[in-house]
Amino acid sequence: MMRFLLKGLLRDRSRSLFPFIIVATGAMLTVFVQAYMNGVFELMIRSTAHYATGHVRIMTTAYAREADQIPNDLALLRIDTLLDEVRQRFPDILWTPRIKFGGLIDIPDTHGETRVQAPVFGTAARLLSSDSPEWNILNVRNSIVRGRMPQYRGDILMADDLAMKLAVQPGDTATLISSTMNGSMAVANFTIAGTVRFGITAMDRGTVIANLEDIQQALNMEQGAGEILGFFRDDLYHEDQANLMTAEFNALYNIPKDEFSPIMGTLRTQSGLADYLDLADAASTIIISIFVIAMSIVLWNAGLTGSLRRYGEIGVRLAMGEDKGRVYRSMMAESLMIGFAGSILGTAMGLALAYYLQEHGIYFGSMMRGSTMMISNTLRAQITPFSFVIGFMPGMFATFFGTAISGIGIYKRQTSQLFKELEA
Amino acid sequence: MKRIPFALSLLMPAAVLWSQTPSGDEILNKVDQNTFSENKIVISRMTIHGRRVSRTVEAKSWQRGTRDSFTEYLAPAREKGTKMLKLGDQLWIYSPASDRTIIISGHMLRQSVMGSDLSYEDMMEDPHLPNLYSARIFSEETLNGRECWILDLMSKKENIAYDSRKVWVDKSRYVILKEHLYAKTGKLLKTLEVRDMRRVQNRWVATSALYKDILKESEGTEFFIDSIVFDADIPDYLFSKAALRK
Repeated sequence: MMRFLLKGLLRDRSRSLFPFIIVATGAMLTVFVQAYMNGVFELMIRSTAHYATGHVRIMTTAYAREADQIPNDLALLRIDTLLDEVRQRFPDILWTPRIKFGGLIDIPDTHGETRVQAPVFGTAARLLSSDSPEWNILNVRNSIVRGRMPQYRGDILMADDLAMKLAVQPGDTATLISSTMNGSMAVANFTIAGTVRFGITAMDRGTVIANLEDIQQALNMEQGAGEILGFFRDDLYHEDQANLMTAEFNALYNIPKDEFSPIMGTLRTQSGLADYLDLADAASTIIISIFVIAMSIVLWNAGLTGSLRRYGEIGVRLAMGEDKGRVYRSMMAESLMIGFAGSILGTAMGLALAYYLQEHGIYFGSMMRGSTMMISNTLRAQITPFSFVIGFMPGMFATFFGTAISGIGIYKRQTSQLFKELEA
Repeated sequence: MKRIPFALSLLMPAAVLWSQTPSGDEILNKVDQNTFSENKIVISRMTIHGRRVSRTVEAKSWQRGTRDSFTEYLAPAREKGTKMLKLGDQLWIYSPASDRTIIISGHMLRQSVMGSDLSYEDMMEDPHLPNLYSARIFSEETLNGRECWILDLMSKKENIAYDSRKVWVDKSRYVILKEHLYAKTGKLLKTLEVRDMRRVQNRWVATSALYKDILKESEGTEFFIDSIVFDADIPDYLFSKAALRK
């Protein structure tokens, strides 16, 4: 029976081609929009996690309250002990300490006098140890534009745009002027090992990346760090696991009356991302739902049109004695075949388009010159397992239901009227 | 008619007293005269009470007039050898660890000096209060057993760090015992409380004081003057950038 129906569809293209094209187009657009939306939202989450908050973040309670101001005087102390403990307790997470700092970069002339200065925002991470996960998290290796990776104490990486502005080259000396943990002025010399471009406008404007131990020494915070970041090993944010881990950690370590006791927060609860994540989820769901519904209506309409167009054919089949139920079921089976085939082709085309956008992206850096958002200036799609199935929702169900509803008309046809209709 | 001269006679002592009370500006000028000398050498300490720890920084300063000064930090070990040179409205700091001399300007002036409640901007301000403020007597008060005038100081110039101040001036010693510094909006920004004073070379000098930045969550910074010599012999070479590296 199925073979018979399939042959019918293939031989009579007027029955299958138009619905097939509609279904394929709808499925393609649905898959592409889902992957694109996913990419846009995931990009911001990933950038924020990698460069700012981690998937979870440990700070002192006092630091957490004023984290936006980078209060290094309230930083965690004796971090190696704490790191050992969290690595034992939560072995599935990559733990890495960081210090954020602000200040001025002062470039000396040949006499050691100030030639040029610029404000900088810095991140210090363990870059020199061979087992550091920071190479991948900060994506340092792929971001190098000129020079080399930091190899020695006192090496820093500078944003390439900033280096150009200051007219410095790899190998030049730069002096960091900042504040120590106690609030005194910190003045420390560094060697520019290389220049980097992260593709995040806010960072490319004035970031330096330094080795943690050097900044600990410069800011008088030996064995201290502003924050310890934790990352899931698959680099995806798992909300439920993060919440469980946070609750367990805080129950063990956080002392409500001690503002210097450590406290853990999740990506969601930090940097105002809770609202963003909710908004992203809601927006993504709403946009995809509207798209799926709109496509369903179009495909349903296509199903209706198809059934109406075949009004005469159905009349002949009924007049020849074919059972109404059998006609109805055969039309449903045909719609499923068309939906399935169209969804496969549409999904494949949508995935191909999304993959292209995932690999190449759309650059919009020129629109983000003044931006301080931790978001890449290249928008990319992201294909997820859901991208492989979402196209089937409008593709199969809408065609199926369209045919199911329009097919009800078969039962309303009167056998006594059939020949009259056919004669007309 | 006889009652009028009698009534006037009752007011006479008050009028005499009133004529003896100097104006706010006169009081401020006397405070200024008591405070300033041609030059001075000061060895001082400041104990900075942070949210976590307190630490003490020791320094020796050579001051020429009110515009130039050279300061060398003596302790703690991390700050030892750090030098600061102020020439008029320019300020340089020398860091021995990096062997760099840095000019402090722009927003860096708002940073605190060694983590204390004092900012570089405070250091750079013209210390002659009569140049910056006009004063009027607000009221009188007894503070720590000393009779004081409370003066309201209103700025004469635009763009100064503190738009107004309230100062408690010792009536007989012409020393400021307490001070409140306000922003243009009227918000209290900093307070100063003198805790001890000493007579040195015919001047009254505040030798211990608590300076507090109200916007900081800390207990403030205590200043102590361990030694002060007025009109000392200070070589001119000290007030040059070359002296910073020596």
